[in-house]
Amino acid sequence: MDTNNLIKTATQVRRDIVRQVSRAQSGHPGGSLGCADFFTALYFEIMDHDASFNMDGKNEDVFYLSNGHISPVWYSVLARSGYFPIEELNTFRNINSRLQGHPATHEGLPGIRIASGSLGQGISVAIGTALAKKLDGDDKTVYVLTGDGELQEGQIWEAAMFAAHHKVDNLILTVDWNGQQIDGPNDEVCSLGDLEGKWKSFGWEVMHMDGHNFEDIIQTVNKAKTVKGKPVAILMKTEMGKGVSYMEGTHKWHGKAPNEELTNQALSELEETLGDF
Amino acid sequence: MLSNYIQTDKKATRDGFGAGVYELGQSNPEVVTLCADLVGSLKIQKFIDEFPERFFQVGIAEANMMGIAAGLATAGKIPFTSTFANFSTGRVYDQIRQSIAYSHKNVKICASHAGLTLGEDGATHQILEDVGMMKMLPGMTVINPCDYNQTKEATIAIAKHHGPVYLRFGRPGWPVFMPEGSFEIGKGIQMNEGTDVSIVATGHMVWYAVEAARKLEESGVSVDLINIHTIKPLDEEIILNSVARTNCIVVAEEHQRLGGLGESIAGVLAKNNPTPMEFVAVNDTFGESGKPSDLLEKYGLSIADINSAAQRVIARK
Repeated sequence: MDTNNLIKTATQVRRDIVRQVSRAQSGHPGGSLGCADFFTALYFEIMDHDASFNMDGKNEDVFYLSNGHISPVWYSVLARSGYFPIEELNTFRNINSRLQGHPATHEGLPGIRIASGSLGQGISVAIGTALAKKLDGDDKTVYVLTGDGELQEGQIWEAAMFAAHHKVDNLILTVDWNGQQIDGPNDEVCSLGDLEGKWKSFGWEVMHMDGHNFEDIIQTVNKAKTVKGKPVAILMKTEMGKGVSYMEGTHKWHGKAPNEELTNQALSELEETLGDF
Repeated sequence: MLSNYIQTDKKATRDGFGAGVYELGQSNPEVVTLCADLVGSLKIQKFIDEFPERFFQVGIAEANMMGIAAGLATAGKIPFTSTFANFSTGRVYDQIRQSIAYSHKNVKICASHAGLTLGEDGATHQILEDVGMMKMLPGMTVINPCDYNQTKEATIAIAKHHGPVYLRFGRPGWPVFMPEGSFEIGKGIQMNEGTDVSIVATGHMVWYAVEAARKLEESGVSVDLINIHTIKPLDEEIILNSVARTNCIVVAEEHQRLGGLGESIAGVLAKNNPTPMEFVAVNDTFGESGKPSDLLEKYGLSIADINSAAQRVIARK
């Protein structure tokens, strides 16, 4: 997909996020909007994946979302790349829906391979699938996204140590580095300190990218795929709430739904490019 | 018949796990093992020597081990995690709950050194709450085999069962007495038929229950003795049939009374056939350092305790 179409798709994904959260009057718009460009690049350009969906993900790239609360962005790209009907986005967070507040396999939603939401677990899971791919001689890649506040969880660093020791080089971690978490900026809640230095000292290759620049995202991930002998962490700078002016750059919209007036304002800033659900 | 259950050897249940996992290594190429720095204690060295590429040393990082196992299972492998029972459950409950149980992953959580019989290391390591934690998780199968033979057979059987399993076993050398070929997941074993009292036991306590039953029979008490290796799903039929014969029951387990097998059985009986019941279990306390047999005696889990519980419950009929 060319950059213009990626931008168009990401704009619609942002509309989907706002409309899902607004409809449910519940959910996490801030981080979802901030990662809309990354998810669009992954699902519409970078990953070799099969929307007919096989749980085992053999011979295809596999993506895990560790910070499960940004489910609206994932549901939107999954629906728009053919995993399930776009209309189903109407059911987000409703009773009897496959679109749970946090992603789950329990209701059988295609595209989801593990439940996430309780933070810190996704890198471990991604390592497991990456090891299985190596055992099976499958040369595809395993991607995992974490939040930045999530890096305060201890299990993250257990996984970091393991992946370097076992040279899990078919694994690409992206950190959504928006600098915000529920209670405020990372630096006020519990500083991540020298984040690049931390990953490097654990034995990872570290790259940086601008999470709102498609060319940079695609180039950086492609470069990450060429690294051999160690796992790669991409520190992705994003802006929380990106695309909705009043949500940008603040933690206040981490887990809050806009009212009708603010929903309309948000949608007026996001063109309907591919047709609403 | 009680006379069928004679001690033929003395081996640890964890050795049965090691032997079972080694056989699985040979018979099922999808089986992989993980360990959190306790290879020697879990008896899996033979598997590692023969199938090194299918073993993952995780180091002292049990939460990571559970997540990796979930990811391996997602990709079609059958992972067996191995560490002490304490670190297999309480330490990693949230990882098991979200990444394994709720996500329906085919992970086998294999846990050694459960209960008081871990011995000298003391209460920090003697987990007595693990069965309760694991049986509460939807979809989790919970198995607590009683001797080397049953642990080996259970290890092999759970690889064929699709879904998460908690397999609990222990540290000490223990009588080997179960005939081979008697294990089936979810199916209790009728070891003796009787009419005066039902005695149901799981794990190490099955041998003590056999010994208690022998003494009771010698004194003229007819004992209906059942070996419950699978705590969940529970074989309700074998228990209801037993109390229909005896009208009273004793449950013996190396676990807290709250959350244990006895509690599950009490629920079944309360619903279907309220029956006088006595519990031989740890009563809301932590353990301590000591020799396994001394600890079982101090905390009310001796052969004599099963015997006196039987006398008490018969008197309540």
